[in-house]
Amino acid sequence: MSGRSAAARLDEVTPETGAPQVPAPAPITDMSAQRIRARRRYQFNVYALRILTAVIVLAAWELSTRYAPTVIDPFFWGQPSGIWHQLVVWFTDETALGPLWKQVLVTMEETVGGFIVGTIAGVVFGVLMGRNRLLSDVFSIYIKAANAIPRVVLGALFAISLGLDIRSKIATAAVLVFFVVFFNAFQGVREVERNLIANARILGADDRRLTTEVIIPSALSWIIASLHISFGLALVGAVVGELFGATEGVGQLIYSAEHNFNANGVFAGMLLLATMALIAEAIITALEDRLIKWRPPQVGSEVQI
Amino acid sequence: MPPAIELHGVTKRFLTPSGAVFTALRDLDMVVQPGEFCAVVGPTGCGKSTTLALISGLEPASEGEVKVFGEPVTGIAKSIGYVFQTDAVFPWKTVLDNVAAGPRYHGTTPREAREKAREWISRVGLSGFEDRYPYQLSGGMRKRVALAQSLINEPRILLMDEPFSALDVQTRALMENELLSLWAQSKASVVFVTHDLEEAIALADRVFVISAGPGTVKANYPVPLTRPRNVTEIRMQPQFSEIYSEIWNDLKDEVLVSYERQKRSGAA
Repeated sequence: MSGRSAAARLDEVTPETGAPQVPAPAPITDMSAQRIRARRRYQFNVYALRILTAVIVLAAWELSTRYAPTVIDPFFWGQPSGIWHQLVVWFTDETALGPLWKQVLVTMEETVGGFIVGTIAGVVFGVLMGRNRLLSDVFSIYIKAANAIPRVVLGALFAISLGLDIRSKIATAAVLVFFVVFFNAFQGVREVERNLIANARILGADDRRLTTEVIIPSALSWIIASLHISFGLALVGAVVGELFGATEGVGQLIYSAEHNFNANGVFAGMLLLATMALIAEAIITALEDRLIKWRPPQVGSEVQI
Repeated sequence: MPPAIELHGVTKRFLTPSGAVFTALRDLDMVVQPGEFCAVVGPTGCGKSTTLALISGLEPASEGEVKVFGEPVTGIAKSIGYVFQTDAVFPWKTVLDNVAAGPRYHGTTPREAREKAREWISRVGLSGFEDRYPYQLSGGMRKRVALAQSLINEPRILLMDEPFSALDVQTRALMENELLSLWAQSKASVVFVTHDLEEAIALADRVFVISAGPGTVKANYPVPLTRPRNVTEIRMQPQFSEIYSEIWNDLKDEVLVSYERQKRSGAA
């Protein structure tokens, strides 16, 4: 009863609707310039320290291979200048397998192909099994068993059954992606708030609407979270597939460098793969921001001003 | 005209995960007339929410009869609206799409649904917020969305499960007055579950007191206060206090029983 007097003052209502109109919020205009400058300075420091870290590690590596080759032999451990030289040769001339862009393109095709196939299969099966009790009770044991075995060895099987072309690599990548996406989609469907389902049903949603308008949007944040990991796995699948037998690709490039005892070549290949993974990660993050713009900003990402 | 809602000898049992049988409601009788605003009060865990679930058709009764406008309830009835205790608006839909959901599910074209939704959004005082997502709104504003979302389907029965319990006192008084004015235009039957006896009396034509679980109707009290009401002013009328003390006498025994039980199960 303590809020009675305050409440009494608040109930001025508009006569026709009975609803007081809430004024639209004003944009934030008053920001402290000083704090914004401090924030920028902090950002600058972060970038500077990042670059410094890279410089220190690379310099230590380069200097130790150059002045103490008995301890760290550049023949086995490579050398930043050698890696750089290797990259320059690859970019300007060509690799042992042909032009570099072609190797990158082949591996990218295999990765993206496997990523798409595995993601679609994972989402479809995850949603189906999350929605259907019988399906999940019957198949869960097989999925768990399949998940327990190291699936990269399937690459060997696919190399035999699907041949040495792109299909065996896509299959290997897809298998790795499938399980991660599947488990997330399944869990996402299971975690949908019962309140939301009840509300949709009361409002008149049929089973199809319930799936498309409540279950899938709700599971989407789980599914998209899994895509970050699974693109990396698709890359692993494609490269492993190439190691089992291929004529082109970055994995094959690394494989041939290894056979020539070219440590710098191995590192240069790894660097290419890392770059590809980072670009893909940026694309997925952009996709995530677009698809889940209804989600409140993550705690801690707000700027204190 | 048959009563809007009839429950006769209704019992609801649940199987708990440990395999034990839990009786939420036992032999419950309740009749709500068309256009009547009923409040249901009772101690925590007495099965108030379960009653709503049975009327809505979200859950079947274990025994007894549940009828809506003379028809036995077999599934989710078309003419029902339900405002949940916790947020149940869809977080991935904007205010406009949230409110338009009901008509869309009933086959209205997207354009008509949106037009109708705009009208309801202005009726609950949220004009200008159509493109916001729920996380960008305050608790009270989200409740307005939930109200518009339910009322746009023009339900003949509106079920409300402690809808305002999470709001602060001032917002709550505002929302209660708004609910009354919206209800006066719609003339739907309302079943309003609350643990707050003051809120129950201020809003309702009739207050049902449910006993400590397993829940059954202990008594029902008519509230002969005049309408239209202002929930903050009506509390100061002497008649309000009389009704309050009469019902509280009944309710407090149940609250004590429930409290003692909780203490014991907490100690065990």
